[in-house]
Amino acid sequence: MTSAAVAGPAEFAPWKDPAQTPLIRFEGVTKRFGDFTAIDNVDLTIYRKEFFALLGPSGCGKTTLMRMLAGFETASEGRITIGGQDMNGIPPNRREVNMMFQSYALFPHLSVWDNIAFGLKRSAMPKDQIPDRVHEMLRLTRLEQFARRKPHQISGGQRQRVALARALAKAPKLLLLDEPLGALDAKLRQQTQFELMDIQEKTETTFVIVTHDQEEAMTVASRVAVMNDGKVIQVDTPARIYETPNSVYVADFIGDVNLIEGNVALKPDGLASLAWAEGAPEIIATAGEGLKDGARAGFVIRPEKVAISAERPEDRNNVVRGRILDIAYLGNISTYHVELPGGQVIKAQTVNNRRLSRRGFTWQDEVWLSWTDTAGLVLAG
Amino acid sequence: MNIGRHTLIGVPYLWLLLLFLVPFGIIFKISLSDIALAIPPYTPSLDLSEGWPGVRDFLRQLDFENYVFLTEDALYWKAYLSSLKIATISTFLALCVGYPIAYAMARAASEWRPTLMMLVILPFWTSFLIRVYAWIGILSTEGYLNQLLLWLGIITDPLQIMNTPTAVYIGIVYTYLPFMILPIYATLERMDDSLLEAAEDLGCSRLSAFWIITFPLSRSGIIAGCFLVFIPAIGEFVIPSLLGGSGTLMIGKVLWEEFFSNRDWPVASAVAIVLLLILVIPIILFQKNQEKTQEADA
Repeated sequence: MTSAAVAGPAEFAPWKDPAQTPLIRFEGVTKRFGDFTAIDNVDLTIYRKEFFALLGPSGCGKTTLMRMLAGFETASEGRITIGGQDMNGIPPNRREVNMMFQSYALFPHLSVWDNIAFGLKRSAMPKDQIPDRVHEMLRLTRLEQFARRKPHQISGGQRQRVALARALAKAPKLLLLDEPLGALDAKLRQQTQFELMDIQEKTETTFVIVTHDQEEAMTVASRVAVMNDGKVIQVDTPARIYETPNSVYVADFIGDVNLIEGNVALKPDGLASLAWAEGAPEIIATAGEGLKDGARAGFVIRPEKVAISAERPEDRNNVVRGRILDIAYLGNISTYHVELPGGQVIKAQTVNNRRLSRRGFTWQDEVWLSWTDTAGLVLAG
Repeated sequence: MNIGRHTLIGVPYLWLLLLFLVPFGIIFKISLSDIALAIPPYTPSLDLSEGWPGVRDFLRQLDFENYVFLTEDALYWKAYLSSLKIATISTFLALCVGYPIAYAMARAASEWRPTLMMLVILPFWTSFLIRVYAWIGILSTEGYLNQLLLWLGIITDPLQIMNTPTAVYIGIVYTYLPFMILPIYATLERMDDSLLEAAEDLGCSRLSAFWIITFPLSRSGIIAGCFLVFIPAIGEFVIPSLLGGSGTLMIGKVLWEEFFSNRDWPVASAVAIVLLLILVIPIILFQKNQEKTQEADA
């Protein structure tokens, strides 16, 4: 094996490169609807060719943020630039931005072909080139044989692809996807996620996707912005969002997490200890950003990083004893709900990597839970 | 269970038979009869007591001479053509007035829509006749409209609107406007707003998005509204006789005069049958349109 093969292609991470200029820049953007603040002083940069996900619960402002990029909403304060150009006052039909709507918004009286050609007919493209471009889009989305059908004559998955083809036809600088897979069933959704990534790579278009489905965001996105109450809480790669959340909110929103609250004491080597219950040993874990000595803080740890054993492990600082309350067998993994003496319940996960092994533990068993110093994080508030 | 289903379908058919086909048959029979000074004012009438020869004698006396008469007097086909013209123009005017109203209603904030809908339906709460009489008060030479215009100084002599075709158009458009507004409103109201956003997103201006998306998508409502105005307008007789004066020729008015002034029931019946045949064409077209809409919705 050569070293080049080991290194693989260069990592795509323009946000780490100060020489790169972002395609989209939100600068102190606020949006109010009457008394309600939908977007609260947001700063955000998105780079060319990124697949950027806006993730958050409903009502967090992610759709408003996207509609501002499309031009359907204008910022109450702040500035949005796309490719260096201030977008304030530029109507949707003058932006090199196309959107794929949650309802797909296919024109019911037009055929699949005419839906895809709709934007091209209203662009500067010469008339004789339009059929070629439509055909290219049909091929990309594997819809060739449905070109003459009307939207109500095709399936939901096909409609979704027509909506994508129509939005991509004009080769926009930026494609916005509003919950693009929300109407599909779980199997088709997974399959379509990979198709989307494939198409994004092929067309080299910048994609911004709005979703409330964290798994979807983690699967497709190069970076994820986690939003809540009109604010962007954290922007990072899916792996870093999961492993190094910057707040209890993010840790709790993404994936499954155990949360223990207590008083923090900072320690050397970037560690912190948390006093969480009288008589219980303090928890040692990696200190998160902005942690203050002596303040209230939360210790978060993913269930798969908590080991469960019958004997007390000797090599770890963090060891607690408890009783198994519940076992959730999910096939590939099992989750044990273990009650500590104070009543706190901790989830621990094991991988079922043998088919016929005897289940190690059962209800009411006394077990030991343990984790390393770096397995969990202590986060402010 | 099969019997139950047949009864269910049978009830409306029985209704149609009793209230449409039987009267139609009677009118058709009268149209083939001759005028007579009697009660009822036509002959022959069927007398079953004479048995089979009586029926044969009865059938022998029926003929199509009243229909031939309709083609001989220019009054009738002129009245048909004039009715068609007035109905077509009124339908077009009702569309021009009704579409913007329906559009504004569909675009209004959702809490206002029931109120606006109520305002459209409200006139039905008073008698149609009274409302048409009210227009006489507005349009006559000494009416409110002329008084207002004279007072504003826009005109120096009162306008002659009463007893002209203009008054008939005003009357028909006013009376049948709700039938135009409601179906158009229904199609516009259920249209997905994101379609217009998508059109704009793909490079349309607001105005062209209206002509390319909104207007074609409201087509079924427009067609339904047009038929609902056109079909009753063509046979209208109250409005032309109250507002149109003697100069306005409409087939409904001719029909009324034949029945009640001339007491010529056979000719009047022939006029009614021909009117029905003329209306059958738009009614069939209307049915086709309704079926197509239902298919598209399914």
